[in-house]
Amino acid sequence: MPSLGADMDAGTVVEWLIKPGDTVHKGDIVAVVDTAKAAVEVECFESGVIERLLVPEGQSVPVGTPLAVINSALTEASPHAGPEPTGTVSEPAEIPVPMPPTPPAPKPPGRPVPISPIIRQIAAHAGVDLSTVHGTGRGGAITRRDIERVAQTPAAPTRRPVSPYARTLAAELGVDLDSLTAKEGGPVTAAEVRAAAKRTEPQPPLVRRTPATDMRTAIAELMTKANQEIPHYHLAATIDLHTALTWLHDHNQTVPVTERLLPAALLLKATALAAAEVPELNGHWVDGGFRSSSTVDLGVAVSLRGGGLLVPVIASAETMPLAELMAALRERASRARSGRPRASDLAPASITVTNLGDLGVDLVHGVIHPPQVALVGFGAVADRPWAVDGLLGIRPVVTVTVAADHRATDGAVGARLLHAIDRILQHPEELT
Amino acid sequence: MIDTEARAIVSAALLAIVPDAPLDTLDETTDLRDSLELDSLDFLAFVEQLSHRSGRRIDEDDYPHLRTLADCTRFLRDTTAA
Repeated sequence: MPSLGADMDAGTVVEWLIKPGDTVHKGDIVAVVDTAKAAVEVECFESGVIERLLVPEGQSVPVGTPLAVINSALTEASPHAGPEPTGTVSEPAEIPVPMPPTPPAPKPPGRPVPISPIIRQIAAHAGVDLSTVHGTGRGGAITRRDIERVAQTPAAPTRRPVSPYARTLAAELGVDLDSLTAKEGGPVTAAEVRAAAKRTEPQPPLVRRTPATDMRTAIAELMTKANQEIPHYHLAATIDLHTALTWLHDHNQTVPVTERLLPAALLLKATALAAAEVPELNGHWVDGGFRSSSTVDLGVAVSLRGGGLLVPVIASAETMPLAELMAALRERASRARSGRPRASDLAPASITVTNLGDLGVDLVHGVIHPPQVALVGFGAVADRPWAVDGLLGIRPVVTVTVAADHRATDGAVGARLLHAIDRILQHPEELT
Repeated sequence: MIDTEARAIVSAALLAIVPDAPLDTLDETTDLRDSLELDSLDFLAFVEQLSHRSGRRIDEDDYPHLRTLADCTRFLRDTTAA
């Protein structure tokens, strides 16, 4: 189970798109996984032949749990897993064990030792949650005995006792005793059962959490963490876009409609290049220190129709030609909005950009996505009175802001980023 | 191009971008970007659809003529060969 965002602890396999015996290649979409935010298409990290699926459809597992076994020895072009001298089959590769190197999940992601399907089956039969089992086997592996030991311990020591009368009454009135015993306190009384029966009579419609409210919860957790833990500082600069937009207009007249570029692509590209110039703002705050990222993996905030927000990532955006970046932006926005982002879209970003210009907003006071240390925000491009060479003119301008983590940097660094974005946007012809 | 033809193209192009767009109740003269919450990516996709379906290149300079449903229909009717 890959980590599809810093705030993800577990995911549910909704659908397998492959079956044992299928040949897969690195990058193929092999499964659909449901997270709090969206159903995500998960790509394969290895090439080979699917040996078996470890997690059935409908099951939720913690991040880091192997989902399937791929035998990479059966394909020739496998960069990993050379055949072992004695074995007939090389060590099967598990997908998607490779966790994103940065940032580490807040909790220990998975267990280091793979759990065999047999152990998994035994645990399932015994009704034991494997994540709660302490392994005593070789290298901390879980053994059959470990599971039996857990299965024998009484499962719910906090359950309240129920008097025989209350139990009979509950059966007569059709009251679910589990709902009462789960609470804290003394023995369950008959009065409580009667009260519960009254409550349940006009059965209120079950409030089902919709995907949108799950997403709300996920955003709430991440943003609360950001505001509680990150001492933000905010800087703003207003940039003259006359040169950039004139260049863009001319460029767009010479290319087919399908290759038309939007100002957003220019702004993203300029931000990616600037972030590469100011590596102090491009990376993650992990374990009380800053780790810069070697590439600019640009998170792009995409607001969804009907509410909510996804931040698909464009990896190595600083190296992408403008046309490619534009295409990447369109693909990711469209996948996010159709509710089917890919796992690679949700890989960890090293810096995030939010562009609220389309909403007519002048200026963004951003909130950083932890564990990143900076968020760049663009407001609307608007014609404003502007001093040019001692004269007042009307120029299209945009206000760019940076919200940065004061633990990692000081204002001077944020200022360098904004200046770099401005400087780069004055030479749009160099961006292609 | 006649009105109904132009209007059919505009409707199809919009539905391709916003599948649940309430075209029947949409006012002819309200701003499409506002009423359908189209951002610049959506609008570009809409223009691409219009251009593809009408066989006419649409430049950025034409955008001011594509503000409302009525605008779009008129634009296609007047600028596309019958």
